[in-house]
Amino acid sequence: MSGNSIRDTFFEECEELLEALVEGLSQMEESPGDTEVVNAVFRAVHSIKGGAGAFGLDELVNFAHTFETVMDKVRGNEIVVTGDLMALFHRSGDHLSDLVVAARDETVANQETEAGLIKELEGHLGPDHAEEEFSFDALTLDFDADSSAAIVIDDLEGSQAQDHEAERRFGIAFTPTRALYENGHEPLLLFDALAELGTLSVEMNMAQLPDFDAFDPAEPCISWTLDLLTQETETTLHEVFEFVEGLCVIDISVTEVPAHTQVEPADGELAPPAFDPPEETPMPDATSADSVPDPAQAEETASPGTGPAASVAGKEPRGPKATLRVDLDRVDRLINTVGELIINQAMISQRIEELDLPTVAHLTNELEAYKLLARDIQEGVMAIRAQPVKPLFQRMSRIVREASDATGKKARLVTVGDSTEVDKTVIERLADPLTHMVRNAVDHGLEKSEIRAAAGKDRMGTIRLSAAHRSGSVFIEIADDGAGLNRERILEKAIEKNLVPADAELSEPEIDNLLFLPGFSTAGTVSSLSGRGVGMDVVKNAVQALGGRVSIASQPGKGTTFTIILPLTLAVMDGFVISVSDQTMVIPISSILETIRPKPKDIHVIGTDSHVVSVRGSYVPIVDVAENLGLGKIRSDKEVGILLLVSTETQGLTALRVSAIHDQRQVVIKSLESNYAAIPGVSAATILGDGKIALILDPEELIKLAQPSASDQIAQHARMELRHA
Amino acid sequence: MTRVLAIDDSRTIRNLLRVSLEGAGFEFHSACDGQEGVDVFPDVDPDVVITDINMPRMDGFGVIDTLRSGPNRTNVPILVLTTESSDDLKARARDAGATGWIVKPFDDTSLVSVLRRLTGHVN
Repeated sequence: MSGNSIRDTFFEECEELLEALVEGLSQMEESPGDTEVVNAVFRAVHSIKGGAGAFGLDELVNFAHTFETVMDKVRGNEIVVTGDLMALFHRSGDHLSDLVVAARDETVANQETEAGLIKELEGHLGPDHAEEEFSFDALTLDFDADSSAAIVIDDLEGSQAQDHEAERRFGIAFTPTRALYENGHEPLLLFDALAELGTLSVEMNMAQLPDFDAFDPAEPCISWTLDLLTQETETTLHEVFEFVEGLCVIDISVTEVPAHTQVEPADGELAPPAFDPPEETPMPDATSADSVPDPAQAEETASPGTGPAASVAGKEPRGPKATLRVDLDRVDRLINTVGELIINQAMISQRIEELDLPTVAHLTNELEAYKLLARDIQEGVMAIRAQPVKPLFQRMSRIVREASDATGKKARLVTVGDSTEVDKTVIERLADPLTHMVRNAVDHGLEKSEIRAAAGKDRMGTIRLSAAHRSGSVFIEIADDGAGLNRERILEKAIEKNLVPADAELSEPEIDNLLFLPGFSTAGTVSSLSGRGVGMDVVKNAVQALGGRVSIASQPGKGTTFTIILPLTLAVMDGFVISVSDQTMVIPISSILETIRPKPKDIHVIGTDSHVVSVRGSYVPIVDVAENLGLGKIRSDKEVGILLLVSTETQGLTALRVSAIHDQRQVVIKSLESNYAAIPGVSAATILGDGKIALILDPEELIKLAQPSASDQIAQHARMELRHA
Repeated sequence: MTRVLAIDDSRTIRNLLRVSLEGAGFEFHSACDGQEGVDVFPDVDPDVVITDINMPRMDGFGVIDTLRSGPNRTNVPILVLTTESSDDLKARARDAGATGWIVKPFDDTSLVSVLRRLTGHVN
């Protein structure tokens, strides 16, 4: 793994930690006083700091540290969490997220925001804050000086300056305690480390060795006297014993100084290289020698200072589920292969049919099983790419916060169904449209709190974000409880901008849909918030590019709801194989309400060239697919074809006329745009069992294509005429 | 080959440790929290344990406590990874039974030299 990919991992992990942070903060609001939640928040910030330190991302470390310090005080119940403090935490979380992005992209986050936040955070640290600051300085120092190698060099320089590579002889008396061994130390390794510093001689003292009968393997009974000739300083020697300090009795003294630097001859001149073990040796006395491994005692001795740990360990585990991280490329390759498998399965089925064998019944059964297995595999693979919308929804809470700050409106975000899983690509590409819609909902949807109060509503507006799986699609709703769409104003604006004729008579849904027209903006002035040059038409295009649809529902005084309907997967879909003229095509089953084989008497001609079909008493306009695709008409008066009833968002109920339906099957979606070019009315292509390419139709676009903005007029016209008839 | 078990909830830190230690000739194993660490300990049977302090489920002190007490107590060296360099924390770790500590962020050289000092590992 290269340094860069570790860095990438760090930023990936940061995203997860930031999600955990946001989630933790909202949990803190829901269940104040839950220490495990505060711990989780602390850990998230702490881990970001730890990783950032490893990559020298000082700005990130700096801010995370201040944030973490305040969180630590909350953890220690030194600071009471108020609404204001929670808001500060949210904003700090937002800024931390900005800093992570800045660090990743090697840009700079807003420093003004940072200075303000740090000041506010420090405001919560109280009078002993100076000390905190100091300990942080100590930490930053550690960054550079942490490597003991660096320290050694420093010392070396110092000693060289003073002693000029002079060697000194040290006498070291070393008496380990039982705890030294229990803590996993090995005297031999310490001696090895000393031996690296110069010439070492070791003498073992076995005076404390008990009789064989009284021997306790757990009790130390040997001490050592060492003699080291080295150029190193005493500090370096102490560093070797850094970890065992307090676990042994150690005495280091200079026994021989170099001749030319004999400063203090009185100090240990000609001192004996070996000396007696110190008096206060903590070796066990004779009475404890027989109290061998008493588990209770062992327990006791090993526990001090671990109280909090024990209580944490005793808690219900909240650990993550076991997961496996897989490269996205691998998953996509697998998805592709499964797509090929499905095509292959279709081909085999077709070939067998073509063989025209007398007894294919059992073979057909096996084939059916193969088809089911292929579908299981495909669904399994798709599930790998599916991710909960939760992180996406969580990001929206920041958008709501920022939007309400910028507009001075009060707003809260409620999310529903955030465990709903959606394809990863869909989630990624949904982020921008969703951000825009949520921002719009606050900016245009909600009223100012005074107006809300006057209307008898809660001063705080609610933006409700929900996700659900329904009939093979993903439904995402963005609902506000604001004033609802101002249809008069929308129509006025559309006429003003020449988007519709001045005398146009439009139904309410039609007016609502004007919002999606390119170049439409209802705001009197372009607000800093929503008016960023992105209109709802861009949102709509983004959603449509994902094979989805957007619709609006609005009730005056109650609010507006935008619904995004998306396919579950971008790779495979269920479709009808149809023929249109002499071409084989596929139409998504999800868009078809029902299929009708009409009797000639059900078809009515309106005007000169328009047809409607009577369906259980109501009249539905017919759109001829072949005609719209420029393949000629299939209509002879006798041959009425088959009608596919589709419900579209903008054109209402429409019947698509095709020549025949051949089959219902799962098809693999192959992008036409990336392989050829975008064709209006055609969303993609697929490969059929016979190896031929078939186009996948997009009913909504197809109908629009028919007669731009005319099909609805025809329909209206038809309804009127029929009513008068 | 000297076996290391690294317990840290940060994937970044685990990765950094892995790269440093595998490069220095250690056999590297890791666990993503204290509980997992003590669970895999018997199977990994490491020569040295490196543990973070602040972790979900079981923290570093819990790890030390579990490994140093009870029926399966062990004297295997345990190194604590810490962002704090305070003497207080070091004293607490030592009292709990830790063998030594490494202050984050660490560099390869000092990390490896500390591990060599505790395990006698030869590169």
